[in-house]
Amino acid sequence: MTFFTDDNLALAEEIIGRYPKPRSAMIPLLHLAQEQEGWVTDEAMTQIGELVGTTSAEVLGTCSFYEMFKRHPVGKYVINICTTMSCALMGAGELMEHAESRLGVRPGSTTSDGLFTLEGAECQAACTEAPCLQVNYRHQYRVTTDQFDELVDELASSGHAVPDHGVLSQIRQHIPKDRSVGAVPPEEVTAAPVWLSEDGES
Amino acid sequence: MTEMTGTPIAHAPGFIANETPRIVSARFDYEDSHTLERYEATDGYHALKKALQQTPEEVHNEVRDATLLGRGGAGFPAGVKWGFCPPGVWPRYLVVNGDESEPGTYKDRLLMELDPHQLIEGCLIACYAVGLSQCFLYIRGEMAVAQERVAQALNDAYEAGYVGKNILGSEFSVDIVLHWGAGAYVVGEETALIESLEGNRGMPRLKPPYFPASIGLYGQPTIVNNVETLANLPWIIQHGAAAFTAIGTESSPGTRMVAVSGHVKRPGVYEIVNGTTTFRDLLYGNDMCGGIRDDNQLKAFVPGGGSAPWFTPDQLDLPFEASQVGPQGSMLGSGAIMVMDETTDIPAAALTLTKFYAHESCGKCVPCREGGTWLEQILRRVVTGRGTQRDLDLLIEVGETICPGDFPHAAVPSKGIEAVPFPYRMTTICFVGPSAFAPVHSALTLFREEFEAKVAGNEAKTMIEVAVDV
Repeated sequence: MTFFTDDNLALAEEIIGRYPKPRSAMIPLLHLAQEQEGWVTDEAMTQIGELVGTTSAEVLGTCSFYEMFKRHPVGKYVINICTTMSCALMGAGELMEHAESRLGVRPGSTTSDGLFTLEGAECQAACTEAPCLQVNYRHQYRVTTDQFDELVDELASSGHAVPDHGVLSQIRQHIPKDRSVGAVPPEEVTAAPVWLSEDGES
Repeated sequence: MTEMTGTPIAHAPGFIANETPRIVSARFDYEDSHTLERYEATDGYHALKKALQQTPEEVHNEVRDATLLGRGGAGFPAGVKWGFCPPGVWPRYLVVNGDESEPGTYKDRLLMELDPHQLIEGCLIACYAVGLSQCFLYIRGEMAVAQERVAQALNDAYEAGYVGKNILGSEFSVDIVLHWGAGAYVVGEETALIESLEGNRGMPRLKPPYFPASIGLYGQPTIVNNVETLANLPWIIQHGAAAFTAIGTESSPGTRMVAVSGHVKRPGVYEIVNGTTTFRDLLYGNDMCGGIRDDNQLKAFVPGGGSAPWFTPDQLDLPFEASQVGPQGSMLGSGAIMVMDETTDIPAAALTLTKFYAHESCGKCVPCREGGTWLEQILRRVVTGRGTQRDLDLLIEVGETICPGDFPHAAVPSKGIEAVPFPYRMTTICFVGPSAFAPVHSALTLFREEFEAKVAGNEAKTMIEVAVDV
């Protein structure tokens, strides 16, 4: 079964090659699938299983553990409002209430036009800039209710430079072939690295 | 009002510069601090060159002599941790813990976004010193910008010959593989991080036997170090352990990044001198937070990330020194302080943390999986005015299934409360379960009257009513 595009399949194979064991590429490949489709489909999990040498059930097991992987379509923009302590102390509750009424959805739901999914999120490591939120995992700081409305308007009119849900880093790691050491699998490497002294101890 | 002196840096949201020696935040002043050009122009990769002129053992000794305490939360000396790899077992790996998600903690993200080359250089120094054959740099999933900055930095560093095969023409060769998570707090725990990196659900492993330095990634010796810890290495190698230990105290040398959030005038990330800076300096200093917002009274603060038992104004004069904070009932943890002023509804504030840990339980240990959920539900009932006196006892009873015995807490002399020292006992593998209890326990112990007020007048319920009303 083929889910990945040719380009993404080549990329998936490159990613797998960086790890001593293919299964380590599971999360990166789930991200790649989500980048391609906006969410993680059954077809994607089946192909990821084939690529890393495990069953689609094992892939689902990993996939379902992690909050960012969506098992159903979500909005083009996922808005995560932080609800943990620092943001809660600085008005996250009011911001969430406002967001619910502005978007007309409860946390966990998507607007009928498919543009926005609203979520209550846990600490986003921007605690000094509370209350904060993320749009597709990109921060907005010290968000007032007015700023929230402006943000939603901008996003709706595509005037805001946020990539669609599923796209995280827009820069990919590239390891040039002539510079690459390659993966170091435990089965194949049993000696101390060459830069250590002869007895193999640092 | 006295004028404040610390300088917020526009392109480094959250960071406020003060007079402290700047070890890891030195480049934050430059708008292009994340680029290779700026890094090279400001002594970047000089420490790597210097390290390569020394033996790995010499580099390791320098780091050990610096007493660089791990900055992720546990505070264990990095140089000692490095020494725990069993001899003769190869390969060894480095896993960089960039899964910063402890409530209130906000420093590793800045270090990755604003100075990714410093982190990369730190990784290289660690790999060289300990003989680590491959490095996996695990960034939290929700940090898209950090992923971009580190990806670009790695690409540039490979291109320039700093990473990969025969680094700077030497025999030293190591790949750094950028990896990111997908949203799970517990993965910040080092054995869960390794599980996640192996493509599994991020559930912690039992220690012993799974101490990563002996049985880590793929069962091999693995060093797991926090981003800030590694970011200190270039400075230590370049300036020497003696220069590092000259800052701070003997047992807590150097500086550390601390995020102060909540009800202060200037919430921010500050690089402070370790060991000597007190909470009062940080919260009230004019070059730091400048006092409580609206000149309100301080009610309580969480001194070391959401997992830490709370402090009150009585503990303000304690320094950032584990040996002094521990006996007073808490920990320094991940360098995150959350401040509550007099207007704070304490039970409600505790709920914002307890629900976090209940939500983030991986489900492996029953006391955490069940206990965390019950703590949240009972506390929510109390906070929303539906609780009873029995619920207050129940919170402690549930907590004691996670942490049997006396749970650490601060002293409140005015209420006749004496401190119970850190740490606690626990029935779970990792700290997520106890962390769900910590805020409940602190709030209930230090501010019991606020809980009493919320349940006053509510009549006892039958068990069926309680079971329905969660």
